[in-house]
Amino acid sequence: MAIEAIKVHDLSKHFGEIIAVNNLSFDVMQGEICALLGGNGAGKTTTISMLLGLLIPSSGAINVLGSNMLLDRYRVLPRINFSSPYVDLPKRLTARENLMVYAKLYGVNNPKKRVESLSSDLVIDQFLDRPFGELSSGQKTRVSLAKSLLNNPDLLFLDEPTASLDPDTADWIRSYLIRYQRNYGATILLASHNMAEVERMCDNVVMMRDGSIVDRASPKALLTKYGRNNLEEVFLDIARGHTKNGEVQMGDSQ
Amino acid sequence: MTGSLQRSYFSVRRVAAMVLRYFYLLRGSIARIVELAYWPTMQMLIWGFMSQFLYEHSEWFVRAGGVLIAAVLLWDVMFRSNIGVSISFLEEMWSRNLGQLFASPLRPYEWALSLLTISAIRTMIGILPAALLAIPLYHFSIFEMGFPLIAFFLNLLIFGAAVGLAVSGLVLRCGLGAESLAWAVIFAIAPLSGIYYPISTLPNWLQPIAYALPSSHVFEGMRAASIEGIFLADRFVWSITLNILYLILGLCAFLYAFRVARHRGQLLQMGE
Repeated sequence: MAIEAIKVHDLSKHFGEIIAVNNLSFDVMQGEICALLGGNGAGKTTTISMLLGLLIPSSGAINVLGSNMLLDRYRVLPRINFSSPYVDLPKRLTARENLMVYAKLYGVNNPKKRVESLSSDLVIDQFLDRPFGELSSGQKTRVSLAKSLLNNPDLLFLDEPTASLDPDTADWIRSYLIRYQRNYGATILLASHNMAEVERMCDNVVMMRDGSIVDRASPKALLTKYGRNNLEEVFLDIARGHTKNGEVQMGDSQ
Repeated sequence: MTGSLQRSYFSVRRVAAMVLRYFYLLRGSIARIVELAYWPTMQMLIWGFMSQFLYEHSEWFVRAGGVLIAAVLLWDVMFRSNIGVSISFLEEMWSRNLGQLFASPLRPYEWALSLLTISAIRTMIGILPAALLAIPLYHFSIFEMGFPLIAFFLNLLIFGAAVGLAVSGLVLRCGLGAESLAWAVIFAIAPLSGIYYPISTLPNWLQPIAYALPSSHVFEGMRAASIEGIFLADRFVWSITLNILYLILGLCAFLYAFRVARHRGQLLQMGE
C-alpha cells in the first residue's frame, strides 16, 4: 500500500493582506518524484518553505514522513534535506568545509568519508578546497546538491536543481537524481521552470497559480487533458489562465 | 547514513559543528585573527602609558597601581564577547545561510550556544596577547588577581554575550538595516558600568540603573581587588545573579525573534 511522504491539508499563508498560498491540499506518495510548477509568485517557494518548517503557515496541516511538521519537525528534519540555488552556503568557507559542517549537523557517521564519496559521485572533487564564493554558479549548484544528499534523505526538496548548469551537466544531474531515487526509494519534490526536466523526471505534477493548485496529474495525463504536445505548452495555458487547447477561461481578460 | 534518527532536544555534536563552522571562518583569514588582538592591544598601550603618566602625578594612582590597565582589559572582555556573538550571527545573515541551517536538525538554542562558545574563544584570542604584553611593558600582570580575575572575566563574558544575543535578536527582527546596533548597544552600557570611575561618580538618579547592570558590580569589585586587595563577595553574587537574569532575557529575545522570523519568512530571504 502506498504511504504518503507528504500530506498537506488546507494549507494557507498570508503576509498581511497578501495571500501567498491559499487552501492548498495535496499528497506526495513515498518513492514518487513530484513537481511543483507555476509562474513566478505562484507560491512554490512559500509552499516548500512551509514543508521544510522554515515558514510557519497561517493555517492548515502538514504531515511529512508520518510526523506533524508544525509540532514535531525535529523528528523529521534529520531525514529530509533541500537544495536551492537561491539559498547560499557560507562564501568564505571552502566547499569541503561547508560539506563537513553540514555532515556533522545532520549527524552523518564518518562525515569525511561521506564528503569524499559524494564529491567523487558529483564530480566536485577538483574544486572542493576552493572557497564557495569563488565557484561558478554551476559548481555552486553541484556543491549545494552534494549538501542536500549528505544524510541520504528519504525526502528531498529541490528548487530548480539544474539552474545554471550546462545542458550536459544538467542531464547528468537528472540521471543522478533518478538513480538516487530508485536506489534509496526516496521521495523528491522539486520546483522547476524546466518543463523538459519535469517531463523526464516526474511521476506527478502539481500546477500552481496565485497560491492555489489549478491542476494535478501525471505529465502524460496533463498533455492529454490539455491537448498539448509538451508540458511547456500546458504550463503556458495554465499560467495564462487558459484551458484545453488554449481556449480562454471565462472572465479571463487574455 | 545519519547517526541517529531519534529526535534529540540537544546535541553537543551540532553545537560543535557550528563552532567548527566559525573556526573555519577564523582560520581562513590571518587578518581576522590579527585584528582580534590588534584593538585590545592598542587600547592597552594607550591606557598603559596614561597610567604611567598618572602614576607620576597622582597620589591616588600610586595606590591604585594598574587599575586602568585592568579596567581596559576587562572592558575589552565585555566588548569582545558582545561583538563575538553579534559578528558570528551576522556572518550567517551576510552569507544567506539561515535557510540552510534551519532546514537542518540544528535548534536555535544550539546555535545560540555555539555563538556563546565561539565568542569566548574569540575573546581569549583578542585579550590574551594584550594582557601578556602588559607584563613586560608596565610591570602589571592582571593574572596576579587570581580567583577574582576568573570571576570578573566570566561575568563580563556572559554579560557581553547576553547583550550580543539580544542585539542579534533585534537584527533578526528588523533586518540588516539594524546591523550597526551590533556595535553600538554595548557602548551605551559602558558609561553606566563605571569602567574607569566608581559608580558613586554618577548622578544619584543614575546609580540604581548602573547597579542593575552586572558590569558595574564587576568593575567595582575589580577596583576593590586592585586597590585594596579584597574580594567583594556581595558584588560577585550580585553580578552573577543579574547575569543569569540577563542571559535568560537575551536568550528569550533571540528565540522570540527567531520565531517571528519563521512567521514572516525571513529565514530564506534575509541576507546581503
